[in-house]
Amino acid sequence: MSSPQALLAEIPRLRRYARALTGNPARADDLVQDTLERALGKWLLWRPGNLRAWLMTMMHNLFVNELRNTSAIEYRDEGDLPDVPVRARQTDGLELRDLDRALQALPAEQREVLLLVGLEELSYEAVARISGVPVGTVMSRLSRARARLRGLLTGAAPHPTTSAKPRLRVIK
Amino acid sequence: MSAGPPFSDAELNAWVDGRLDGERRAALDAWLADHPSHGRELEDWRRINESLRAAYEPTLNEAVPMRLRMAPPRLPSRQLAAMLGWLALGGVIGAAGGYRYGAHALQTSALPPAAIAATGQMDVVRRAAIAHAVYSPEQRHPVEVGADQEAHLVAWLSKRLGTPLRVPQLGAHGYHLMGGRLLAAEAGPGAQFMYETAKGERLTLYVSAQQAGDTGTGFRFAEEAGIAVFYWFDHGFAYALSGKSTRESLLPVAETVHRQLAP
Repeated sequence: MSSPQALLAEIPRLRRYARALTGNPARADDLVQDTLERALGKWLLWRPGNLRAWLMTMMHNLFVNELRNTSAIEYRDEGDLPDVPVRARQTDGLELRDLDRALQALPAEQREVLLLVGLEELSYEAVARISGVPVGTVMSRLSRARARLRGLLTGAAPHPTTSAKPRLRVIK
Repeated sequence: MSAGPPFSDAELNAWVDGRLDGERRAALDAWLADHPSHGRELEDWRRINESLRAAYEPTLNEAVPMRLRMAPPRLPSRQLAAMLGWLALGGVIGAAGGYRYGAHALQTSALPPAAIAATGQMDVVRRAAIAHAVYSPEQRHPVEVGADQEAHLVAWLSKRLGTPLRVPQLGAHGYHLMGGRLLAAEAGPGAQFMYETAKGERLTLYVSAQQAGDTGTGFRFAEEAGIAVFYWFDHGFAYALSGKSTRESLLPVAETVHRQLAP
């Protein structure tokens, strides 16, 4: 696993994750390129282990730095979310751009956790290590991300699960 | 309905991700059966996972851009330089291997370089050959949508390409339609239809919308490593028919495709 070939083999996965994370193909490849450059720079220091998690951790750090350096527009209050659901019904599967748009409406920290679990299928513990937060935080971010994304995609209101804010709602 | 479920975030999420086992899973299943609206919500959560994987799957199959295979060094060293040299030589990773097909294919074609530079032909041949090389050996998932759903396939790909598509019938040549898939490309989406003979020989037809200004052309031929590609441009579309075949045996099939697709 410690050959450059292994690094090359990770590029498609990195691109997929970055594509979903940034919602923008060019920005995604910039992020992948920065990650690869950093990986190559650190390569000689690296001890064989989980290459993918190592790369994802670097990508996380770069992404967070990028967000800090730009304005904090990614973090929105509930009130800033669109009133109208992006898509009222799912007919022939979700359109990529609808999904892109809905993902970008999530706070970056929630989007990242959702993608690492739902798209990359990493363990909760691995996600906690990558994003540098406790597993409990991963779980609550995940619940919030899922509830909010569901609302954006289907127009359905969330249930008062353990994490979402309690709200009264008549279920028909 | 005002109380939340008697399960933790960790358990609800683990259920969604298929990671909840044993008693707690059985208990949550039972609870959801009694609380169907919660059940629907968790099912939607699960569907979000599926949608994410389906939506971003094409990125995995795209050719890796050259700039990502030639990341410049930040800390030059002999070992690093050696490694970068290896990267620049183009280790073949998945679809990226197709770059070689495209480049070599054009070197052996009879096209003058100016003609290649003037149009997006190199891209078309390259993308078609990449897509053929990547998907035609697939045993389990050669296509995204099978021929048993041909109407759905055509409607879906037409929608994604933004223009009505037709699927040629190649039964006269012994090829039946297996199905198709959507291909993501920087220049815009493309569609790939795959055909197979009773003996398992496969052909792929690549279709993409072209930039304005590409007028119709005759057949052009390229070949590399046993993959033959006939390609042509017609009424705003680029077509490329690829197969592990010879020029002589592929040409009549290409003519049939061209004839059937002519408006």
